Amino acid sequence: MSDAILKIKNLKIEFKSGKETVQPIRGVNFELKKGETLGVVGESGSGKSVTSLAIMGLLPERTSKIVDGEINFKGNDITNLKEKQYRKIRGNEISMIFQEPMTSLNPVFTIGQQLSEPLRQHRNMSKKEIEKAVINVLNQVGIPRAEQIINEYPHQLSGGMRQRVMISLALLCEPDLMIADEPTTALDVTIQAQILELMKNIKQENDMSLLLITHDLGVVAEMCDRVVVMYAGEIVEVAEINELFNEPLHPYTRGLIDSMPTQNTRKERLYSIRGQVPRPNEITKGCVFANRCPLAFSKCFEETPPVFARDDHLSKCWLQNTKEGEVV
Amino acid sequence: MLDFVIKRFLQVIVVVFLALTVVFFLIRLAGDPTTLFLPPDAPREQIEEYRELLGYNRPLYVQYGDFMYNAIQGDFGESLRSQEDALGIVLDRLPATFQLAITSLILALFIAIPLGVLSAYKRNTVFDRIGVGLTVVGQAVPSFWLGLILIFLFAAQLQLLPSGGGGTPVHMILPTLTLAAYSVARFTRFTRSAMLDVLQKDYIRTAKASGVPTMRLIMRYALRNSLIPIITLVALDLGVLLGGAVITEAVFSWPGVGRLLWQSLMNRDFPIVLAGVFIIALIYAIINFVADILYAYVNPQIRVK
Ligand SMILES: Nc1ncnc2c1ncn2[C@@H]1O[C@H](COP(=O)(O)OP(=O)(O)OP(=O)(O)O)[C@@H](O)[C@H]1O
Ligand SMILES: [Mg+2]
Repeated sequence: MSDAILKIKNLKIEFKSGKETVQPIRGVNFELKKGETLGVVGESGSGKSVTSLAIMGLLPERTSKIVDGEINFKGNDITNLKEKQYRKIRGNEISMIFQEPMTSLNPVFTIGQQLSEPLRQHRNMSKKEIEKAVINVLNQVGIPRAEQIINEYPHQLSGGMRQRVMISLALLCEPDLMIADEPTTALDVTIQAQILELMKNIKQENDMSLLLITHDLGVVAEMCDRVVVMYAGEIVEVAEINELFNEPLHPYTRGLIDSMPTQNTRKERLYSIRGQVPRPNEITKGCVFANRCPLAFSKCFEETPPVFARDDHLSKCWLQNTKEGEVV
Repeated sequence: MLDFVIKRFLQVIVVVFLALTVVFFLIRLAGDPTTLFLPPDAPREQIEEYRELLGYNRPLYVQYGDFMYNAIQGDFGESLRSQEDALGIVLDRLPATFQLAITSLILALFIAIPLGVLSAYKRNTVFDRIGVGLTVVGQAVPSFWLGLILIFLFAAQLQLLPSGGGGTPVHMILPTLTLAAYSVARFTRFTRSAMLDVLQKDYIRTAKASGVPTMRLIMRYALRNSLIPIITLVALDLGVLLGGAVITEAVFSWPGVGRLLWQSLMNRDFPIVLAGVFIIALIYAIINFVADILYAYVNPQIRVK
């Protein structure tokens, strides 16, 4: 069993907006093993992006705060790292691909200028060497005419090309961990498949660990070794990929799987989980999913379930209540 | 890009043409100037004779056509007072106006951009709040009032600086400060809000995620993007500074086009007014023309199609 490269322990994050304080991340625990692809799934608003920004140390400074818990990267607690030290990690040991390729590149700098930046910050290389490395990595992500592209501006590239540029930006310093926050959501389907394929190959070639955030279980099935299911700022289930699809334990996960469109069967109507993810300020006692859960019983509305374990398969649901499995 | 330049250049011509047309008809509404140049008890025949001499007895559209025909050739007629070439008189005053406007602009930029950037970076701190407060005051104070206060303080009370006139650098200090004050306030506010807008953009987050240090993030990545709206504003304001120096020039008796225009308007010296408007409109339009080209230069989305 390989070591964990990233451990998130009981992470709690607070946001201040005006006088009100909300906690969109409430006690999140998971581990990412070395060389693994871990998927994080959940509906919009479940806290996937906030979690990944916390790992990057990029939460908005003034309005948010990690109030409890630990982010441990390669054995070091990086939760309260000074900005100066965090900067040495960003783009170097941990890099991130963002949700929005159209707006994530600076419109007034060339691709080459922007791609030089991580190497400039983290490596001692001459201009010539940097340019060579940039062209190299652009070739690696399958961008044609890399020598010309480095002199072009973002608006001259298509969405798919921009996301390839973002991937190459994340790759430049050969990070140990890459976080991809819905890297394909903004792209059309054929491009999505290409980008996913590319990420798969690149992960293997570069011996990285990948944290893949998505709300698309199809993407998870395609890419991941293990999956973390997030709901309203909590983790409700963690399982190995096949196990998750064969035997989902949490009703929320089942709902997600049932609402997947499949290519072979034409259902009359797609299943959908009724209701919506509660906003952080709407959360009360009991299980966070209780109000939408088809199987909820009285206890679900009264007490927050602990985490139950069946070997490596974790779930946070009273239906799994067997005293010996409880890990809390 | 060439298409763009040509198109914008044609716009310059249209703007100047329209400005002249509007002012031509507007000042005619104020009546014709002949009576001002003759004694009040001048006989009717003499007035008529004078009007005929100057061509004011012809139908308005004929006068207009005649004026435009000559104006295109750079001939705005002679000053009704001094009988000298009107355009020549205006051009003589131009360097003084430029000197004042450009000095004020440069001063304003040197103060405002760093202040705006700092204010955005330290947003919602005491420094920022005081800064924002001052800029609000700065924009609200009328320039003639500020001018008079400065004259009162530095010329009358402290007797450090001359209250008016032109020529030496010392004479420039008060009018420059007066003219710059408004721009400093305006540019600071604008730089601040442009920076705040840019700082929360996704691409700034991307740069942070690449490990770019804060200073470089602000001075290189965010400032470059903010410059796009700032350049436009500055260019617009340079036009305002040039044309709108009228009051400041009058307060400080600064011998520029603004003061000349103001005096000529009082005297109904129409050829000079029109020549002055022509020069100011032309400069205004050319400045905007140059600003657009600069804008295209810093914003590749326009430059590179
Ligand atoms: N800057 C912020 N200020 C206040 N609340 C925030 C902020 N950013 C996120 N949140 C809140 O945190 C919660 C989680 O948001 P997050 O963006 O992590 O969701 P997500 O799972 O990434 O959703 P999506 O699939 O739409 O990207 C939401 O309820 C959101 O309102
Ligand atoms: Mg998100």
